[in-house]
Amino acid sequence: MSDAADSVPVLSARGLIKKFGGITATNNVTLDVRRGARHALIGPNGAGKTTLINLLTGVLTPTEGRVVLQGEDISGLAPHERVRRGLVRTFQINQLFVSMTPLETLALVISQQRGRGATFWKPLGGDAEVARRCEELLAQFHLSEVMNQRTEYLAYGKRRLLEIAIALACEPRVLLLDEPVAGVPAGEREELLQTVAALPADVSVLLIEHDMDLVFSFADRMTVLVNGGVLTEGSPEEIAANEEVKAVYLGHEVAHG
Amino acid sequence: MQAQQTLIRSNRFRPWEPVLWLAALAIPVLLPHYALIVNEIAIVALFAVSLDLVLGYAGIVSLGHAAFFGLGAYTAALFCKHVSPDPHLGLLVAIAASALLGLAASFTVLRGSDLTRLMVTLGVALILLELANKLDWLTGGTDGIQGLVFSPVLGLFEFELTGRVASYYSLGVLLILFFVARRLVNSPFGATLQAIRDNRLRAMAVGIPVHARLVSIYTVAGGMAGAAGALFTQTSGFASLDVFEFHRSADLMLMLVVGGTGWLYGGVVGAIVFKLMQDALSSITPQYWTFWLGLFLVVLVLVGRDRLFKPWTWIRRGR
Amino acid sequence: MLTILFDGIAYGMLLFILAVGLAVTMGLMNFINLAHGAFAMVGGYITVLLMQRMDVPFLVCLPLAFAGAALLGAVLERTLYRPLYRKPHLDQVLFSIGLVFMSVAAFDYFVGSTQQIVQLPAWLKGRTELGEGAWTLGMGHYRIFIIAVCAALTVLLQYILSRTRFGSRLRASVDDQRVAAGMGINVNVVFLSTFAFGSGLAGLGGALGAEVLGLDPTFPLKFMIYFLIVVAVGGTSSITGPLLAALLLGIADVAGKYYIPKMGAFIVYSLMIVILLWRPQGLFVRQGGKA
Repeated sequence: MSDAADSVPVLSARGLIKKFGGITATNNVTLDVRRGARHALIGPNGAGKTTLINLLTGVLTPTEGRVVLQGEDISGLAPHERVRRGLVRTFQINQLFVSMTPLETLALVISQQRGRGATFWKPLGGDAEVARRCEELLAQFHLSEVMNQRTEYLAYGKRRLLEIAIALACEPRVLLLDEPVAGVPAGEREELLQTVAALPADVSVLLIEHDMDLVFSFADRMTVLVNGGVLTEGSPEEIAANEEVKAVYLGHEVAHG
Repeated sequence: MQAQQTLIRSNRFRPWEPVLWLAALAIPVLLPHYALIVNEIAIVALFAVSLDLVLGYAGIVSLGHAAFFGLGAYTAALFCKHVSPDPHLGLLVAIAASALLGLAASFTVLRGSDLTRLMVTLGVALILLELANKLDWLTGGTDGIQGLVFSPVLGLFEFELTGRVASYYSLGVLLILFFVARRLVNSPFGATLQAIRDNRLRAMAVGIPVHARLVSIYTVAGGMAGAAGALFTQTSGFASLDVFEFHRSADLMLMLVVGGTGWLYGGVVGAIVFKLMQDALSSITPQYWTFWLGLFLVVLVLVGRDRLFKPWTWIRRGR
Repeated sequence: MLTILFDGIAYGMLLFILAVGLAVTMGLMNFINLAHGAFAMVGGYITVLLMQRMDVPFLVCLPLAFAGAALLGAVLERTLYRPLYRKPHLDQVLFSIGLVFMSVAAFDYFVGSTQQIVQLPAWLKGRTELGEGAWTLGMGHYRIFIIAVCAALTVLLQYILSRTRFGSRLRASVDDQRVAAGMGINVNVVFLSTFAFGSGLAGLGGALGAEVLGLDPTFPLKFMIYFLIVVAVGGTSSITGPLLAALLLGIADVAGKYYIPKMGAFIVYSLMIVILLWRPQGLFVRQGGKA
């Protein structure tokens, strides 16, 4: 279906191709994320979803193609510059600062976000605004009780919450969530899901997930990636009814990712 | 607010800190024949703290930190010989020179694995050693630059044989630079360094300009190490090729392993332990004390720093 | 000029034999072993002492140097190195520096710090000259011998790696240790034998090189940087990489010292830094392989 042009996409991939030697990991992907979207990216394992995220965030350089953020071509920008412009991601495998506490972690991310990351004369706790925002985020992600524990000693569920809290601390305009509930025990998924669902409406979200329940309850748009290329795109109802998509997942247990 | 209080608290001075510094300042007066070794310890502690900034806080494995020490030493020597015997000016010029070297060399440690960084840092130190050796019209080659005489510290205190003035001079510089470093590591800038050390990928993903931060800290550390080198020359009156020697960089790593990286005082503690050990061992076996040093290193790594200093854990086997 | 090239090749091949063990153990165990030069020194001293004190012929000393260094390597791997494979690189660096200090001081104590002189057998002394004028190729017989021995060893190594079962086990372990263990390969045995063999080669190199490079207790420190250059520039995923790197280094060093004696070693270090900055994973790493 042709996309109704009711808003300029906030994030676009234009013809992205990534080759590693003889392997084409990303095959001519064109993708638009609309403002305020809850856009899901699904596909079987090895389809190249994480590679696409890496291309969008600048961790990998595309062989061909462009990435456009809010009208600006960011293809040549380093990862940290993209973050400055509001493109933030989380990682499928927790990437945390293990020797620091959640409080210290968030304080440093927020300081960096507010342009105070290079301040070398004042202490980390010197800015009351930063500290207040820390408390807010810690409460929102149920991390207040553990805020002074070194990250390496935190339980997995709390680590996963911290992983996402860090991304939120960057004040994202576009948030790329890479399998946010991966590995989280069933009891703690709800907590996480609610936090994801409660994200502000003006933050555009691109979500990679295997958990189809989450995807269908969360997304208003879905893109299906197979073998590095876009198979199809559409609303959840369209995708659910799509025969090709069903064929791709045939034989795969879809309920648990 | 609780969060802010917790953060601030970690920056506050621990009770033992002023005790340590006051004790250090008291020794040259109370125990005058220890003045010389206090001077040596202060110099090497400053050197070690500068490496901690790079190694413990930014996570860069460097085997060539002696490059900055040596440049600082020779700069101070040449400044005294050709420009002015004022030690304070010489110190500032030496800091500037080695900070500049730090800035230039920082670009070599941004990329690559631990091994390549080790090599590149070692290479830079060796290049400087070669240069000092070959440019003998400037540096005196293997003889070095000797017989330097510096004007009095603060215009009042002349360097004398007991080393008391020297030790206070070095302690003073150490104190100032140490507290600058302390401020630095407790700031947001310092926190971003630790983030880079812990997880460079995530640091980039939260907007930290990794390369820029590493360049800054390497420059600062270079300057501090240069200050240590300048102090060395100014309190001993000479500079020789020995300041670029590999064993200086290696000894430094030993100090940080003993004292612990990532808490600044590790350099100080390590320096104290190392110097006292060196003093004791070399009076027993002046020629072969490096053997015992090597043995200590081997045992230290095998047993693990934490267990080594907790003898009660030796009895129980297993991890 | 051709003579310089020839000498450079001889030097490079010698460096290769000395450093190849380090390259393989680094690629295999991911262990930064700065004490590799100590094994070379051991081989050198075995040779020198056997020749001087017990009149053992030079050629017999060579395999003995290999065996002695290999044995030492095996013992140390099993006892000291093995517990450290999982430790951070910093610890490994410190540990190996400690070993270097110990070996340097020990040899200084037991043998003395003077340069050791190696009396080559008569048939290895002498020189052959070919060509004339600017294109003269002067080949010292000993250097011919070195090139021959090292070339033979290189061929042998390549054969072992690509044609024998041990070689394929080794390559599997380098590629992915866990998978290799899962396939039933006894990784411990592979490590032990590889380390021993690599140390033995270093010992042999030390013995061969004593005449050319000099031998005194500071050998491991003096040449540490050269071995590291070979490994860092050549990469650890093949043996042709270090071979080429060693040849490059040998020629650059000899040429540099001859043409610009004032700046001799300076050239080598600068070249190394430039290369490592340009290609941090080494010059000759195959695409997609682990560096």
